[in-house]
Amino acid sequence: MILESTLKAIELLISLDQEIYTIIFLSLTISILATITASFFGTIIGILISISDFKLKRFTKKIVFTFMGIPPVVLGLVVLLLITGPFDGMNLLFTKSAMYIAQTLLVLPIIIGNIIISSEKTQKKVLETATTLGASKYDKLILLIKEIKPFIFMSVILGFSRALSEVGAVMLVGGNIKNDTRVMTTYIALNNSMGEYSVSIAMGIILLLIAFMLHTLLARFRGDFYD
Amino acid sequence: MKKLIVLLGIIFVFTLSSCQKKELIIVTTTSLENSGLLAYIIPHFEEEYGVFVKIVALGTGAALEMGEMGEADILLVHAYASEVEFINNGYGEKRHNIMYNDFIFVGPTTLSTSTLEETLETISENHDFYSRGDNSGTHKMELSLWNQFDYDVTSFGDWYKETGQGMGSTLTMTSLSQYYTLTDRATYLSMLENLDLVIAYENSVELKNQYGVIKVNPELHNREELYADQFYDWILREDTQALIATYIKYDTQLFYPNS
Repeated sequence: MILESTLKAIELLISLDQEIYTIIFLSLTISILATITASFFGTIIGILISISDFKLKRFTKKIVFTFMGIPPVVLGLVVLLLITGPFDGMNLLFTKSAMYIAQTLLVLPIIIGNIIISSEKTQKKVLETATTLGASKYDKLILLIKEIKPFIFMSVILGFSRALSEVGAVMLVGGNIKNDTRVMTTYIALNNSMGEYSVSIAMGIILLLIAFMLHTLLARFRGDFYD
Repeated sequence: MKKLIVLLGIIFVFTLSSCQKKELIIVTTTSLENSGLLAYIIPHFEEEYGVFVKIVALGTGAALEMGEMGEADILLVHAYASEVEFINNGYGEKRHNIMYNDFIFVGPTTLSTSTLEETLETISENHDFYSRGDNSGTHKMELSLWNQFDYDVTSFGDWYKETGQGMGSTLTMTSLSQYYTLTDRATYLSMLENLDLVIAYENSVELKNQYGVIKVNPELHNREELYADQFYDWILREDTQALIATYIKYDTQLFYPNS
């Protein structure tokens, strides 16, 4: 079965089937965009939480850490209720935008959580010096971003993996529409339901290959992380 | 790095702007999607009217729910009583029969029973059974069958399990567990090569499976209703009906048009 599926995976890839490539491309695009958005806001929010002192800091951190483990399908449901409720007029349900929103919200707490942890570890030494030199909050933010770069990098990878591999949220708000909102994970789920396991495994292999290639690419930017 | 961001920005805009405006959202049952009929006939509609059709496959119960929320333009479903209720509650503008086929009991071996009553009795006494359990058209049909012969589903023991999944998943599970289940003939036939199941009982009169088309009340949403009208007329049109009749798998016609 596995050998057969591996052959099928190769066959699928070289057959230049446009549908398969559209699915792969959409998966990557949405997950990458969601990860970038979440990383941008997540890093800033994470560092701000870690360097600020406010009343509900402990509580906020608890909330963030809780949401790091939210089941994608539950988050999908929340997004569904939002876009069919308060934002009903925008017709977002069953669109790529809805999938992008869901994945961004899914990745955001992972980035924030990881940044808080790493930033709190680093800041003590760095910030004391910076404060005596009269740094503003903005200066501290920039300084910390520079200091914890490797951790940001790691959080981004974690977040991206979560986005690329989740199926519950995109299935719910995207609807797995052929030639439109179908991504690799929902395509795998569909094939599983039809008993087409070999196509599923083939897509699974492709998904893993893509992740591997991405890491190979990233290793060129940050070789030290992979040594 | 900056180049990369610009590139991704372009892709982002491209992806979002590629959302076509001329589109029609059809929410349908998993059985219609899994049987492959829609993939067979819908391209003809898309070509003729230049409208992109978005097909979302959910159970009939969930499809009607989407209709009530105004998230669908057209519903293709198979639960007559619920459909009439949907129309009467003002959620749907109009409804019409499209086509029918039949439900069948499938399992590891044929039951060699001659009546529906006998079939249900044999299953409930000697076999394990997977129910869809998802409020779909097929699930509603199955419940009405038990009900018809005064069985109380809630009192059933361990032999009766609800999968809570679509027709395709449930058939796959039934095949893997070697249980019995009720399915529409179209989904069963279109998945035949992946299933280790045979027809256990069939009776196309008692187990008729009628599909209907519903145009959702356009007041429930702010999308263009023209395409829904076009589709409604198109699927009931004579040549489309003839097209449905030509959808054949394993030498069997899967749907019988009756608009």
